[in-house]
Amino acid sequence: MRNGTDRVRRRVVFDLTDEQKDIQRLVRDFAQNEVAPVAEELDREKRFPYEIIEKLGKLGLMGIPYAQEYGGGGADTLSYALAIEELARVDSSVGITVAAHTSLGTWPIYAFGTDEQKAEYLPALCSGEKLWSFGLTEPEAGSDAGNARTTAKLEDGEWVIDGAKQFITNAGTDISGGVTITARTGEKEISNIIVPQDTPGYTVEAPYRKMGWNASDTRPLAFDSARVPEENLLGPRGQGFKQFLQTLDGGRISVSAMGVGLAQGALDQALAYAKERNAFGKPIASFQAIQIKLADMATEIEAARLLTYKTAVLKDQGKPFGLTAAQAKLKTGRLAVRCAEEAVQIHGGYGYIEEYPVCRFYRDAKILTIGEGTDEVQQMVIARALGAA
Amino acid sequence: MKICVLVKEVPDAAVEKRMDSNSMRLDRSGEKNLNPFDTHAIEAAMQIKEGGAVDVEEVVAVTMGPESAVRALHKAVSLGADRSVHLTDDALADSDVSATGYALAQVLKSESPDLVLLGQQSDDGECYTIGAVVADHLEMPSLTQVIKIDTAADKLTCERQAEYGYDTVEVTLPAVISVGDAINEPRYPSLKAIMGAKKKQLDSKGTGDVEIDASKVGADGSRTRVLAINPPPAKQAGEIIEDEDTNETVEKIVAWLDERKLIA
Repeated sequence: MRNGTDRVRRRVVFDLTDEQKDIQRLVRDFAQNEVAPVAEELDREKRFPYEIIEKLGKLGLMGIPYAQEYGGGGADTLSYALAIEELARVDSSVGITVAAHTSLGTWPIYAFGTDEQKAEYLPALCSGEKLWSFGLTEPEAGSDAGNARTTAKLEDGEWVIDGAKQFITNAGTDISGGVTITARTGEKEISNIIVPQDTPGYTVEAPYRKMGWNASDTRPLAFDSARVPEENLLGPRGQGFKQFLQTLDGGRISVSAMGVGLAQGALDQALAYAKERNAFGKPIASFQAIQIKLADMATEIEAARLLTYKTAVLKDQGKPFGLTAAQAKLKTGRLAVRCAEEAVQIHGGYGYIEEYPVCRFYRDAKILTIGEGTDEVQQMVIARALGAA
Repeated sequence: MKICVLVKEVPDAAVEKRMDSNSMRLDRSGEKNLNPFDTHAIEAAMQIKEGGAVDVEEVVAVTMGPESAVRALHKAVSLGADRSVHLTDDALADSDVSATGYALAQVLKSESPDLVLLGQQSDDGECYTIGAVVADHLEMPSLTQVIKIDTAADKLTCERQAEYGYDTVEVTLPAVISVGDAINEPRYPSLKAIMGAKKKQLDSKGTGDVEIDASKVGADGSRTRVLAINPPPAKQAGEIIEDEDTNETVEKIVAWLDERKLIA
């Protein structure tokens, strides 16, 4: 009977497990106590949050969904999504640093690496001692990532890499361990190659001046006859295209969680402000015009959250989740932009100055409709899954 | 040394607390959490264990409560306790502070700890008294509001907060110490500890297992009866002194205190 009950429960998952609740609580408390007090300053000074990443690493939060044998947390994808949501609820720069490291940096090595590669790289990545990047986007290959021009030619047992990557997260910090890139290894052949940080010929260029995510590290990369050993090939030769699509599918779960978190954080701020701000002799939260905004935000956030959690659960169950992930990404990115805008609107003039977090949230939100697959790419993925041709 | 830490499951701080006018008790429904004051007691135990001044064999979290209270124990072990004991029995429902203290003391007798630690208060009942009740039943010395503990083999030197300043008190072991929240900054549980919490030993005990006299616990065994509940009387509005010119402000404060003969 017990098993039967459990099976029914697992099909309709609206209750988090004890562990999931505790992880959510842990990260909520951490974000509130350790991130919130410094988020404005880090953003203003465009300073990478080393201290926070170190603390997150010590708590086991830099490799949440990976096996404990590699130093990971041994938790599920939903726990990981909950953690990213709670971080982004307070600050997106910290959120994306953890999400990009975990889903884009660490995952390909975890999923496609040999035992030797996993043993070599994963412990330092799961502990947060080192960060890892995923180098896919190029100046002329964004949404059309298959159009990559970076080449890797095998010469004397080494890959010789030439080309450039851009918009790469976590590539230029003091603790960046390296990058996994996609490169042309043949006429119609894309492969993934591991490039350690100290590789001669590999240059991490100056950081971008961004609209938001100011405390996160985003840079262009250049490869000028950069040489790495042949065994740095990640996964089978020629599988790079398939592998990065899979990586992006997973990445969309955490980016969706970032959208939910940012939207929720915007609502938290807007609600608190609306309750304390008086106009015409009473709190603005008592005006229907404000109530409608708050009610709509809360409703949309809950819907987007369920879609995001469902994607995580599908992945944990080993079921196809690419369509749902694209839907979640599309929904949450737009929602984050809209909720940030509404939150600023509710704050009035104060929302336009940096003393209030919603100002930062507004700048941080926009990338969520672009990064890790634009809305238009998500729509393409979704339409194709529907059979539209 | 063996340390037992008393913990309690309470409504989460985010839940708005309200009295149930029918039962005349606190409505404890909704999201629950480990009593935040107890996390300071667990942290104090961990600091003694990790401090190295004495050899601590184990830290045991102890609670009394319904089935759901195991969550508080899971949290306690995720914060570092080695194992936990759950006293749970229908006969214990609706016990007052005195009956709860007696029941907990019976569990503690079966554990024979050298030191019992607990938080200064629970975040729901807020009685501040359970430590003293437990100590009385165990015939151990008891201290409250302790904010610093120096450990030696058979005694502790404690600093405790008082209205007039700080007391430094030496106490022989075994003892029951309730700690103030200023004693430390509790650590976060690590992800690994959260994932492993259910794997640590948890013993569930009923009243019969620890020789609890059923006539002394539960609603019937409790000596308090709630006759009525009333909101606290409204406080008088205070006087706000705006700090425009600091010298003037200081003068105003001094004058205010002087009027009330609060300055010698």
